[in-house]
Amino acid sequence: METAVHITNLSVNYGKTQALQNIFLDVSEGEFLGIMGPNGGGKSTLLKAILGLIPVTTGQIQIYNKAHMKNRSEIGYVPQFSNMDKQFPISCIEVVLTGQLKHGLAPFFHYSKKDKMTAWEKLERVGIEKLANRQIAELSGGEFQRLLIARALAVNPRILLLDEPTASVDAVSREQIFTLLEELNREKTIILVTHDLLAISSKVKKLACLNGTLVYHGEPEVNDKIMKQLYGCPVDLIAHGVPHRVLREHKEEE
Amino acid sequence: MIQAVFKYQFLQNALFASVLASIVCGIIGVIIVEKKLVMMSGGIAHTAYGGVGLGYLLGIEPIIGAFLFSLCAAFGIGVVKRKGGVQSDVVIGLFWSLGMALGIVFIACMKGYPPDMNSYLFGNILSVTKSDLKWMLIMTILVVSVVLVLFQDWKAYLFDEEFASIIGIKTVILEFLLLALIAMSIVVLIRVAGIILVLALLTAPAATAKLFSSQLLKCMIFSIICGIIFCVAGLWISYVVNVASGASIVILAVVFYFVVYGISTIVRKRKVRS
Repeated sequence: METAVHITNLSVNYGKTQALQNIFLDVSEGEFLGIMGPNGGGKSTLLKAILGLIPVTTGQIQIYNKAHMKNRSEIGYVPQFSNMDKQFPISCIEVVLTGQLKHGLAPFFHYSKKDKMTAWEKLERVGIEKLANRQIAELSGGEFQRLLIARALAVNPRILLLDEPTASVDAVSREQIFTLLEELNREKTIILVTHDLLAISSKVKKLACLNGTLVYHGEPEVNDKIMKQLYGCPVDLIAHGVPHRVLREHKEEE
Repeated sequence: MIQAVFKYQFLQNALFASVLASIVCGIIGVIIVEKKLVMMSGGIAHTAYGGVGLGYLLGIEPIIGAFLFSLCAAFGIGVVKRKGGVQSDVVIGLFWSLGMALGIVFIACMKGYPPDMNSYLFGNILSVTKSDLKWMLIMTILVVSVVLVLFQDWKAYLFDEEFASIIGIKTVILEFLLLALIAMSIVVLIRVAGIILVLALLTAPAATAKLFSSQLLKCMIFSIICGIIFCVAGLWISYVVNVASGASIVILAVVFYFVVYGISTIVRKRKVRS
């Protein structure tokens, strides 16, 4: 199987503070990787480093065997929608169309019929084609999140990178988004940063736990030793009504 | 007044200048409001005062001096913002006062009777000269063409700069281009509204347009129309009441915005209730 993302010995510093330290992480093609960890544990930093938005202090990131900065078009990025300006005068279809803009700068650029068809298809794919001509200000959180997924798909990437896709989204939308991601995972490698234990326990195929360094990488089952390393204290993880337990059955320590 | 327009060259110039200023305000105003660069534009405008002073001191066109100073301020702020480490509003504040201070020093260094700086501070559209108009026209054409030619790139950049840079759009070039455009626009606006009042002319039409339209291009067109109405009506008021044109234009624009804002808020509340 091909390696989608290959990270070797990655460290990232912000000034004097070290945000990430010696990260080794391989994501193979077709994987559904969840990244979890405490706030300030470097989850966003790792995403930004992969996307080339922040400089890497040491180490290397490769995307499909090429330096990440040269191969960013393989990534479809879905940012947290809460950070975005919802008052911006733009319609849904226009947002998706921006995913198809040319590299560099494109003077006198007009979207072709084909571009518009593709954008429509992507809206259909995420199930909000009825909202194509709506203003983004009129969307609910879940719809906005799906719109951003549609925009990422319009880039036609092999990897989808999502930052907290279910943060501040209602329960129904959350379920829809995860179902959508599971479907998309048949064609695309998915990496998502999340606090959502439901996702971690039942949706993702692999889990990476970040707290400055990579504490754990493997099956989506975490024992309390790892949780202790992650959050610095024992955490009681009870997932009600979830088919998988986040924690394996474990014995009480005497 | 209409007869007077045909009779007097200075009124024709004033009207022409209003239209040019409105076009620039409409386009750049919408961009800086969306990109939240209003205060930065204020800083760039005030730095231009130093350029005006230097222009007088060296005996070149003050408006050229103003342009050079705004451009330097724009790039200075842009570079510091990009490098990080310092809050950009701190740098904006520093440029703001440094420009004003330099202007005062340059004027003080001049021999003889000091020139009338008021028309640069508060604007006097009635004293716009042919040479001012020529510069304004060049700047307006530049601003309009740069924005229109790269319109789709601008839209993506303004909506989500991060995403635009990931898909390979040259956002750094766009950012510095935008800063240059802001500097140019301010030069165009200085003769109409003056350094101090420029902010209102950049924001009021754009903010008013935003209440009516939800498409970027429509916002710009609407904002241009608002600008022309404000400028021409303000000019007429200043002609009739005999007050400074810059002040009357700005007061009109700001009052109009708040009235429209008030009405639209009430209408929206009614809609929610019903």
